[in-house]
Amino acid sequence: MSQGLITVAYVAASVLFILSLGGLSHQETARRGNVYGIAGILIAIAATMAGMGAGWMMTLVAIAIGGAIGIVIANKVEMTQMPQLVALLHSFVGLAAVLVGFAGFVEPLVETHGAEHTIKLVEVFVGIFIGAVTFTGSLIACGKLDGRIASKALTLPGRHLMNLIIIAACIGLGGWFLTTDSTVEGLMALAIMTALAAILGIHLIMAIGGADMPVVVSMLNSYSGWAASAIGFMLGNDLLIVTGALVGSSGAILSYIMCKAMNRSFVSVILGGFGQTSSSSAAVDGDLTIQETSIDEVADELRNADSVIIAPGYGMAVAQAQNAVSEITQYLRKRGTNVRFAIHPVAGRLPGHMNVLLAEAHVPYDIVLEMDEINEDFPETDVVLVIGANDTVNPSAAEDPGSPIAGMPVLEVWKARQVVVLKRGMSAGYSGVENPLFFKENTHMLFGDAHESTSRLLSNLTSGD
Amino acid sequence: MKIGIPKECHPGENRVAATPASVGKLIKLGHTVVVETGAGDAAKYHDDAYREAGAEIAANARDLWSEAEFILKVRGPTYNKEADLDETSLVKDNSYLLSFLWPAQNPELLETLASKNVSAFSIDALPRISRAQKMDALSAMGNIAGYRAVVEASNRFGRFFTGQVTAAGKVPPAKVMVIGAGVAGLAAIGAARSMGAIVRAFDTRLEVKEQVESMGADFLELDFEEDGSGSGGYAKQMSKEFIEAEMALFMEQAKEVDIIITTALIPGKPAPRLITADMVRAMKPGGVVVDLAAEQGGNCELTQPGEVAVENGVSIVGYTDLPSRMASVSSDLYATNLWHLLGELTPEKDGEIKVNMEDTVIRGVTVTHEGKVTWPAPQPEKPAPKPAQPKAAAQPAGAEAESGKSGTKAFWKGALLVATAAALYGIGAYAPTSFLSHFTVFVLACFVGWQVIWNVTASLHTPLMSVTNAISGIIVIGAILHLAQAQNLVIGILAFFAVLIACINIGGGFRVTYRMLKMFHR
Repeated sequence: MSQGLITVAYVAASVLFILSLGGLSHQETARRGNVYGIAGILIAIAATMAGMGAGWMMTLVAIAIGGAIGIVIANKVEMTQMPQLVALLHSFVGLAAVLVGFAGFVEPLVETHGAEHTIKLVEVFVGIFIGAVTFTGSLIACGKLDGRIASKALTLPGRHLMNLIIIAACIGLGGWFLTTDSTVEGLMALAIMTALAAILGIHLIMAIGGADMPVVVSMLNSYSGWAASAIGFMLGNDLLIVTGALVGSSGAILSYIMCKAMNRSFVSVILGGFGQTSSSSAAVDGDLTIQETSIDEVADELRNADSVIIAPGYGMAVAQAQNAVSEITQYLRKRGTNVRFAIHPVAGRLPGHMNVLLAEAHVPYDIVLEMDEINEDFPETDVVLVIGANDTVNPSAAEDPGSPIAGMPVLEVWKARQVVVLKRGMSAGYSGVENPLFFKENTHMLFGDAHESTSRLLSNLTSGD
Repeated sequence: MKIGIPKECHPGENRVAATPASVGKLIKLGHTVVVETGAGDAAKYHDDAYREAGAEIAANARDLWSEAEFILKVRGPTYNKEADLDETSLVKDNSYLLSFLWPAQNPELLETLASKNVSAFSIDALPRISRAQKMDALSAMGNIAGYRAVVEASNRFGRFFTGQVTAAGKVPPAKVMVIGAGVAGLAAIGAARSMGAIVRAFDTRLEVKEQVESMGADFLELDFEEDGSGSGGYAKQMSKEFIEAEMALFMEQAKEVDIIITTALIPGKPAPRLITADMVRAMKPGGVVVDLAAEQGGNCELTQPGEVAVENGVSIVGYTDLPSRMASVSSDLYATNLWHLLGELTPEKDGEIKVNMEDTVIRGVTVTHEGKVTWPAPQPEKPAPKPAQPKAAAQPAGAEAESGKSGTKAFWKGALLVATAAALYGIGAYAPTSFLSHFTVFVLACFVGWQVIWNVTASLHTPLMSVTNAISGIIVIGAILHLAQAQNLVIGILAFFAVLIACINIGGGFRVTYRMLKMFHR
């Protein structure tokens, strides 16, 4: 196949990728977007393979094995495990970038000289660096999301300094790498740098706590894109550059949206350690009491309500309560109650995590609303069910300027006539901030595992007829 | 306590202070009720119905006033020439009276009542707080007046409200301007909208814009910063400049609209003059002005209270008895308001009246008590403090830190700009052309990505991630190229492995996206 045809195929693939992302702007077109993506990647692989002389068999074998493994994993994964899977997949891109980078250094596909050569070396170096950070960072994120690694932020003394030293060392190694002519020395520099970058990746993500994971995952998403882009520069391949840039900016935008939803700067999230340094500043007065409620009372409240809003959080995902919640929703909707869901942008551990869970449980997407769409409706709402959410419904974000989460936009559930909080115990949320919502007059607490509570609530509701 | 319902003696007043339904409820509160014969006739409630509900019927006004200890009325005690009846003199010593009294306009009446040691409650002095809404007779009557205003206007207006295209020609829709978006204004907007007219509304209180728009009208705005929200949900008086701008707006609108409904009132003051004679003359012949403020002097210069004036083909309706023209429904609502208030006054439901001056609502309506004039009541708290207030209190402390922050922010922004410019210069000056072409593609792709991704709906962020994950598996291309040309076994193995894991990504990413998207349904 001529180079011209390959280029044209690459252009087609790039366009398909852009259409694919464009398709995701609405639920109606999202599936088509996915098909575009698949078509794009197939065209790209086919064109590449058509253009090469040898190695057909090996390539096909690798593609078949890899593809099969991927599809099997994807078929088996539970929707609640989606964050882990996404993080794991990011690590693969990072690792692939490292491997291709090494290969590209040892056996360059294109001969380069002078300034071009230097630039290529920089690209190799940067590609491997980002790839390695993405690889180990994603593995750690995956472990944290899976619960294999404690999700608490690990704060070593002098951790910022450590990161800085590693980065400085990498830059130093880069200087050595660029100036040396020996392949062996170059390889050594690369290898040491890779190891350092891997440590950096581990350390960076270890220092970030569980609730900041939406930002971390989208940031790693972004990195995996930049890594692909850097490799594209190295190979002089525009398709890789374009795709990498698309993915990179996508991840960057998601990180930005997540940070804004928490009213924190990107840098402060990345530096990590949030929630440890700030022990609950606004100590709630001791004489405030909470009001406990029972399944029966909540069921009565729900039956008598005209409008109900459900505000789910990570707790719902952990307890796997989404199916019971969905059935409660269906039951109430059949009775003519206006039931809607209020989703905070950082609810869960992945951007859009709650939406996916609710979709899995067959909750129609048009009653699942974003914070900005629904916040004004709380004052006209009879009952709000808060299921496994804490910081995202914390009034001190709006009312207490001294609170560590002050200024973070939150769901204003307390403005509703009646709030019922389903919660395991009285522990503070991830940010370590006390939640005055639990002490409000119109708040009732329903303690217990969310799965059990919602199931019992459902059977109480349905048996009532 | 014996509650008396006299027949209203004000000429043209058709309403009555209790209906058979409310009489039943009053009896449940432990009271007995006596109704003057014919009291409800004009509102289509006859003596038999009252009797059935458990009330006694008094043969004439004098009997009723002497028999009852607690009088419920619509209008305050007045003098009726025809019947030669002075209700003020009929009020018994030490009795109770509940009606519209307009204490600000009737200081002598209050003095008289106080001297007779009457406990008088003026329903129009009710504090406007949420708890008192069920007793808010002004709102109830305002609602009716607003509706009726549209009916009166359409009655005088020789055209359709709704626009129509018929075989006999095209009819344009009527344009209605409503001034003052209180209860009456909003009711008028709703009625006019449901008849098909194009409705605009103006109010000095910017906070009502949303309410106006929720009723389907356009909110007319002045290019002028001043909010007219006064205390208690009422409007306050505006500055001179504001009024000039407002008048210009009305003049402009008058030339265009067919119907003007004015409902502007400022508590305790004569109604503001908003529609001048010139504006009326500027209106198209056949137009109608309905002035709901006629009783307080009128919003229109040409209004004659109680009458319909015609100027240059434009009718100016100045009826002061709009609720009374819908006596059945207004009596229903008014009677319910009064029953709720009596419920507050009879907390034990045992027929004993307790005037609890600690209670905000009761304190507000009580205008004479124990021989003293107790009007006006101390101002209740402002009902709707803006939620922004707590923030404002915290502002000054943070303001200085903020300005310092913005300074460093600007510095960093500048530094970033300089660095970017330097980097671009470096690339342009030293990089080879092959790199530059790739660089161009890269930068453009970033921008395309930026534009495309912002459109992605938040609920699809997880699928977005898995799709971008899958397509970042495109790195497989690089791995394939290396695998194909590998001369060294190690490199071959590296490349093989790279192809493999990148394909895990592609396969897994697309598959899981497919699974997720399949679940999203309406």
